[in-house]
Formats: sequence, structure tokens, C-alpha cells
Amino acid sequence: MRVMYKIAVIGDKHSILAFKALGIDVFAPTDAMDARKTVDRLAKEGYAIIFITEKLASFIPDTIRRYDQLYKPAVILIPNSQGTLNLGMERISEYAEKAVGTKLL
Amino acid sequence: MAKLNVNPTRMELSKLNKQLGIATRGHKLLKDKQDELMRQFIVLIKRNRELRMEVEKELEQSFKNFFLASATMAPEMLEESISFPKESISVHLSRKNVMGVHVPVMEMKRKMEGDEGSIYPYGCAQTPSELDDAIAKLNETIPKLLELAEVEKACQLLADEIEKTRRRVNALEYRTIPDLEETIKYIRMKLDESERSTITRLMKVKDIIDR
Repeated sequence: MRVMYKIAVIGDKHSILAFKALGIDVFAPTDAMDARKTVDRLAKEGYAIIFITEKLASFIPDTIRRYDQLYKPAVILIPNSQGTLNLGMERISEYAEKAVGTKLL
Repeated sequence: MAKLNVNPTRMELSKLNKQLGIATRGHKLLKDKQDELMRQFIVLIKRNRELRMEVEKELEQSFKNFFLASATMAPEMLEESISFPKESISVHLSRKNVMGVHVPVMEMKRKMEGDEGSIYPYGCAQTPSELDDAIAKLNETIPKLLELAEVEKACQLLADEIEKTRRRVNALEYRTIPDLEETIKYIRMKLDESERSTITRLMKVKDIIDR
């Protein structure tokens, strides 16, 4: 049996409503506490990918980081309707820094 | 470098020699592993950066369209038109082994309900065309978004593994191996010294007997 996993999007309502039309589960937590709970709950419920808007992710960096070393789920940052905060790009530099051991550029 | 706390005996010497051999071999292997991981990582992270750039741009466009749509529609209407999606997306995960790191490979499955062909879960009569644009654009972005998730997860896992490997390599290179070498040298000198002292003692004794 092939186990299928679901995809979730977390963010503010205006940004993520469009995902709903495509059949992706969307969640719009109201504050940081709620967001943290949502992420943890989704991770436990067997979502393989959790997209979260950078805005929301900036409130709960520790929670996001906790899933970095785990095989599942992948917590991926996406921009919201106001544009990108560049957090996603910063995270890529972060991985590079971690791997190389020194800051690049 | 501190030498290890051992007795300077032949037993210890051969034991340490064996340890040094293993440590050197382990160091070489780990170093090779680190190099290969690094090579793979660099390819992945380049891809990650590209993908993220593209995805962010496309999402922004889609959000913009969606925003326009939501401006021309009543919020309740908007929600109503999209809250019963026609398709559902799920992913299948399989593992890929990259130098001992298990990296997920994601495969998307889309399931349509009812008639194929249209991705829109609403009729076109009461919705603006911006909404269609937004959703079509988003629909095109989804495969890329998935690939981004896959690559980014792989990057996270690899970065972690590289860090661990680097620590191990460094510990062996700068701690274990020099320590072992120093201790071996110390034991050799100690043994040589005691050998010399035995010889001089024997010579001295012989001298006394001969007289």
C-alpha cells in the first residue's frame, strides 16, 4: 500500500485562500501561539509538506527549526500577499553556512 | 596536545598502534564522505536557490491576481466559490539514500472529482476573470512548489549531516590522531630509555665483576 500524505498551507487568510481552490488544506491561525499549535498538530497528523508564510514563520522560528532535522514533514516558507520578507532566501544561506562552517559572502 | 594516560608498556604500544591505524582509516573514509556530501549539497543548494526565486515570483503574481479578484467580489462570495475544491492533492513519499542520508522524494498525486478538464470549483457566471487567472497561475506553480519542498528538505538534511561529519573529521584530525601519535612517541621513548638504562646497568655490573 502506498501511503499518501497531505499538503497544508498555513498563513493569513488573504494570502492562502487561493490554495484552497486547488484542494490543499489551508489553515489560518490568528496569533503566534495558535500558529505553533497548528504546525505541531499538522506534523503529527501526517502532513508531508507544510507551507507557511514567512510573516507567520517569523513569529515562531524555533518551531520551524525543530522540523529541519526530521525526515517528515518539510516545513517550507512561502511569501504572502504582501511580498517576500526574504526569510526563505536567508534560510538557504543558513544551510550553506551550516554545511561549510563559515559564512559565505 | 595532551598525551593519553597509559602505562608505557609494549602491550599498550601495540594497542595504540592498532588504534591509530583505525583512526587514520576512519578519518580518510569520513573525509571522502564529507567531500562527496559537499559536492551533492552544492548542486542541491544551487537548485534550491533558483527554484525559490522562481516560486516566489510566481506566487507573488498569483497572489496579486487573487487580491484583485477579492477586491471585486464580496468576501463571502469569494469564499463560497472556492471552499469546495474539485480536486485534492496528496503526495507520496519515498526515500532516496544520498551517502547515508535518507532524503525524501515526493511524488504528487492529483485526484479530480467529477468532470476532468476544469480546475475551477465554481461556475464562471459570478466570478471575475482575475480569480480564474490567480487559480490557473497557482495551479501551474504547484509542481514547482513541490520540487522546492523536496529540494529544500534535502538541503536541510544534508546540511545537518555535513555538519556532523565535519565535526567527526575534525575531532579525528585534530584530537584523536595527534593524541595517539604523541602517546606512541612517548611510549617508544620511555621503552628506549629503559632499554638504555638496562644496558648501562649490565655494563656497570660486568665492570664490577671483572675488577
